[in-house]
Amino acid sequence: MDFEFSEDQVAIRDTIRELVQDRVAPRAAEIDAKAEYPKDIERLFAENGILGIPFPEEYGGISGSSVTICMGVEEIAKACATSSLILAVQALGSYPILVAGTEEQKKRLCPPLASGEKVAAYALSETGSGSDAAAMKTVAKRHGSEYVLNGSKQFITGGSVAGTLVVFAQTDPSADHRGISAFVLERENSPWKAPKLEHKLGIRGSPTAEIVFEDVKVPAANRLGEEGAGFKIALAVLDRSRPGIGAQALGIAEGAFDYALNYVKERKQFGQPIASFQGIQFMLADIATQIEAARHLVYRAATKVDAKAPDLTKIAAMAKLFASDMAMRVTTDCVQLLGGYGYISDYPVERMMRDAKITQIYEGTNQIQRVVIARALLK
Amino acid sequence: MDLELTPDHATFRAAVRELAQGVVQPLAAEVDRDHRFPAEAVRAAAEAGLLGVLIPREYGGAGLDALAFAICIEELAQACASSAVIIDVHTSVGSEPILLFGTEEQKRTWLPRLASGELLGAFALTEPASGSDAASLKMSARRHGGGYVLNGAKVFITNIGSAGLYVVFARTGEDKAGGISAFLVPAETRGMKVGQVFKKMGLHGSPTGELVLEDVEVPAENRLGAEGQGFTVAMRALDSGRIGISGQALGIGQAALDESRALLAGRGREQGDDFLLADMATRLESARLLAYHAAWLCSRQRPFTRQASMAKLHCTDTAMQLAIDAVQLAGDDGTVSGSPFERHLRDAKALQIYEGSNQVQRIVIAREMLR
Repeated sequence: MDFEFSEDQVAIRDTIRELVQDRVAPRAAEIDAKAEYPKDIERLFAENGILGIPFPEEYGGISGSSVTICMGVEEIAKACATSSLILAVQALGSYPILVAGTEEQKKRLCPPLASGEKVAAYALSETGSGSDAAAMKTVAKRHGSEYVLNGSKQFITGGSVAGTLVVFAQTDPSADHRGISAFVLERENSPWKAPKLEHKLGIRGSPTAEIVFEDVKVPAANRLGEEGAGFKIALAVLDRSRPGIGAQALGIAEGAFDYALNYVKERKQFGQPIASFQGIQFMLADIATQIEAARHLVYRAATKVDAKAPDLTKIAAMAKLFASDMAMRVTTDCVQLLGGYGYISDYPVERMMRDAKITQIYEGTNQIQRVVIARALLK
Repeated sequence: MDLELTPDHATFRAAVRELAQGVVQPLAAEVDRDHRFPAEAVRAAAEAGLLGVLIPREYGGAGLDALAFAICIEELAQACASSAVIIDVHTSVGSEPILLFGTEEQKRTWLPRLASGELLGAFALTEPASGSDAASLKMSARRHGGGYVLNGAKVFITNIGSAGLYVVFARTGEDKAGGISAFLVPAETRGMKVGQVFKKMGLHGSPTGELVLEDVEVPAENRLGAEGQGFTVAMRALDSGRIGISGQALGIGQAALDESRALLAGRGREQGDDFLLADMATRLESARLLAYHAAWLCSRQRPFTRQASMAKLHCTDTAMQLAIDAVQLAGDDGTVSGSPFERHLRDAKALQIYEGSNQVQRIVIAREMLR
C-alpha cells in the first residue's frame, strides 16, 4: 500500500496550486457573480499543460492517469468549482475517445485536446432522458460515409464552448439502448447550435448548454466503436469520470473548510475566539473526518480506474456518492460556522455551498449511484 | 499511490479469515448468550501466532506491522466482536507499551510470554472518577524500599480476571499528568483483586470489571518507562489502540453488511432496501480506508494521532449505524435474541465509548487542527 502521490504528481499538484492561488482564486467570486465562462482560465490551463492531464504522452498529453486528473480537479475546486469543471469535462469529453476509439481516432482526435487548443464536452442527456439515458431521441442516420444528426441535448456542460463534442444518438431507434451509437463532432466540420444557456444555482461560470442538431453531418470515421455500442461506452465513461466529480466535491469542501477554520480562529465572541468553544470544535472534527474519509474513497476509485479493476463501477459510484453528499453537508456547516457572514456574497462559503449541490446531481444523480452500488452488491 | 493490500497483507488476511470463520465464528452466538469467555478462540489464535502480531520475532512474535494488526482484528471481529476485543486489548494496549517503552530486560521477560499467549495482557488506566480525564487518576504508587506499593481501584478493565499481566497506571507525584507512572503487575501478585465483573449490553464474551489493588508491592524493575512518564505511555498506547478498535468496528460493520446483503438477496427487492444497503457499503468502504491509512502511517513511524482518532471516530460511528440499519432491514427477526443482527447492535455500541469516547476523539482531532 502507498497512500502518497508520486513525485511527478506532487510536482504537477504544486504547479496547479500556485497557478490557482495566483490566477484562479482572485477571479472566483467575479466568475460566479457575472456567470461568465472564464475563457482566460481555460487559456491559462491550456498554456500550462493542465488540459493535457487526461491524455497519455503518446497522444500529446502529460499523464492519462485518473489519480492525476482527480488531484488536479481537487486542487482547482478548492478555489473555484467552475474552473475545476474545465479540467473535469476535458476528461469526461475525452474518455469516450480514449476508451472506445481506434488507434487512428486517438491519434487524430486527442492531440488538439491534449494541447489545450480545444476543449471537449459530452452530450448524453436530453429533455426527456436524464437518469433513463436509453430513452434518448436524438437520431443519427447513415448516408454513405457519413451520418446526419437531428435532435437536441440538454444540460451539456461546456457544450457552447467546446471544440470537440461527443454525442450519443440512436442509429436504430427500434432497438432501445442497443441502438445507441457514439460520435465525435468537431466543431469546424460538424457545427452544432447552442441556442440557450441555463441560469443556475451554482457553478455559474460553467456554461450549461442546450445543444441542437439540425442535419449536422459527421463522418463515419468519427463513430466510436460499433453501431449500437454507444450505451456501453457512455456507461464505461461515467465509471471513469465519477471519481473526478468526487474530487471536485472534495475540493469544494476543502476550500470551504480552509476558510471556515481560519475564520473560527479569528472570530471573537464572548471575549474569546469561537474556535475555543467545544460545540464549534466538534463541528470542526466531524468536518475534517468526513473530508478525510471522502478523500480516501475518491483516490481509491481513481486507482481502480487506472488499474481497470473489475469492481471499478461500484467503487467509482461510492466515491461520487459519498464525496458529493459529504460536500453538501460540509459546505452547509461551513456557512453555519461563519454565521451571518457565511450567508453573504462577500464571503466565499455561500458560493461553495451553492456549487456543492450540483455534485449530488450530475454524472448520475446520487439516487442512480445507489442503484448502481446495490446492483453490484446484489448481483 | 497504491491502495491495494500488498500480497503479504492479503495472504495474512486470508489466513486470519480462515481461522476466524472456522473456529471463532461458530462460537459467537453461544459466547454472547452464555456470557462466557471464548477460551477456545483465544487458544486457537495463540496457536496461530495471532497474540504476538506486533511483537518482533526476536521476542517470539510475528513481527508484523500496524496494518496487519488492524486486518487481524477486523477479521476476528467479523466473526465475533468479543473475541476480537480480547485479542485487540491484549495486543495493543496490553503488550505494545512494553515494546515501545520497556527496557531490554522487560522485553525479554514479558514479550515472549505475551506473544505465546501464556499471559494475556490488560490495560488498567480508567478509574471510577477518572474516565476521559485520565490525568486525574488517583491510584497511588508509594516508594517503598527498592520498589513501590500500589493502592486504589481501576474500573472497566477489559480481560479482567483472564489477564496474566496488567499495565497499571498510578500516581508517583503531585503533578497532574506528569505525576503518573506505568507499572507491569502480574495478576498473581499479592493484593491484586478482581472486583465486580459487569454484566453488559454487548461484548458478553469479553470480561469487563473492577481491579482493586491493596498494598500491592511492585519492584522497581517493573516500572515501565521513567517515573512521571506514565501519561505519555498511556496516550501513545491509546493512539495505536485506536487502530485496533477501528479494525474491530470494520469487522462488525462488515458482518452487518454481509448479513444484510444475504437477507436482501433472498427476498423480493425493494428500492428503499437497496438504497440503504448501498449507503451502508459506501460508508464502510470509506471507513476502512481511514483505518488503513492510520495504520499505514503508524507502520512507517510517521505522526498518526489525528488520523487514528479520525479512524476510530468514523469507523465506530459507521459500525453503529450499519448495525442499526441491518436490524432495520431484518425487521422483527433482527430484534430476536440470538439473531446476529441484534448482537451486532449491542456489540457496536461499546466501540463508540471505549478507548477514548468519540467525544474525546473529536477533542483530539480539533486540538491537532487548531494548534
